Amino acid sequence: MLLIPCPWCGPRDEAEFTYGGQAHVPYPRDPAALTDEEWARYLFFRDNPKGPHAERWCHTISCRRWFNVVRDTATNEVLAAYRIGEAGPVIS
Amino acid sequence: MTADTEQPLAPVSPLVRYAGRFAAVTRASGGAVRLAELPLLAQLSVRLDAKGPAAEAVRFALGLALPVEPDTVAFSDELAALWLGPDEWLVVGRPGSAAGLEERLRAAVAGEHAAVTDVSGQRTTVLVGGARARDLLAHGCPLDLHPRAFGPGRCAQTTLARAGVLLAGRDEHRPGYWLLTRSSFAGYVADWLLDAATEYVADATSIT
Repeated sequence: MLLIPCPWCGPRDEAEFTYGGQAHVPYPRDPAALTDEEWARYLFFRDNPKGPHAERWCHTISCRRWFNVVRDTATNEVLAAYRIGEAGPVIS
Repeated sequence: MTADTEQPLAPVSPLVRYAGRFAAVTRASGGAVRLAELPLLAQLSVRLDAKGPAAEAVRFALGLALPVEPDTVAFSDELAALWLGPDEWLVVGRPGSAAGLEERLRAAVAGEHAAVTDVSGQRTTVLVGGARARDLLAHGCPLDLHPRAFGPGRCAQTTLARAGVLLAGRDEHRPGYWLLTRSSFAGYVADWLLDAATEYVADATSIT
């Protein structure tokens, strides 16, 4: 079970949250100009690192805010949590 | 049509049938666990920008500032304002005061980007008091409820036995918690509380 530090509510049980996939995937500037392959890449292709991964979580049961978490996919250690719009940490 | 069907419907709280069993647990535990429904409290959902003029207007209308620190409660003599999110609060008042409160708040925020909604029927409130209140809730709540982390003036939306609840610490003079649960979950939460309380009751057969 993860203990996720919500930027508003503090550390809470993983069961209170909803997972939202990889963070910082920008919406295409001009979606209509994309080829089918480029559109499919935007929709379906995500990083799959072994190590730090920036991802979105929503504190569904409480403040209902979306925010970002950097989690190590190998150890499940939560390295950082920050609000939408805030700059993410530099993790080497 | 009989005469009584023409009467306006009186509001019925979701846990009205549990009053006897709550009282029995309170008695049988010698007050170590106090359970009681606080039925039909006025509850208003207030949504606005905490930094905007609407927040000021609400403060003047209620004589109570909406708390901006996450998971805290602000009290006045008549009201409690519970933080639910950075732009969302639950204002709780005495039974029957919802319509007047809604009117006052709506007038205060008129013209601003804000929403005031009477949600009194959405949740009911259970008072969980007594010396073992914290132990009782700890059986099913993942939060650290130690007074150091969750004392008077704190609130949190969390889970109790997997049901979403809104938990608030009462003030210093009356230790314990208010447990606000959705009306549709209230029966389940009440059954769970009664079951969890058997541990603190000398003779469990006296409460079933």
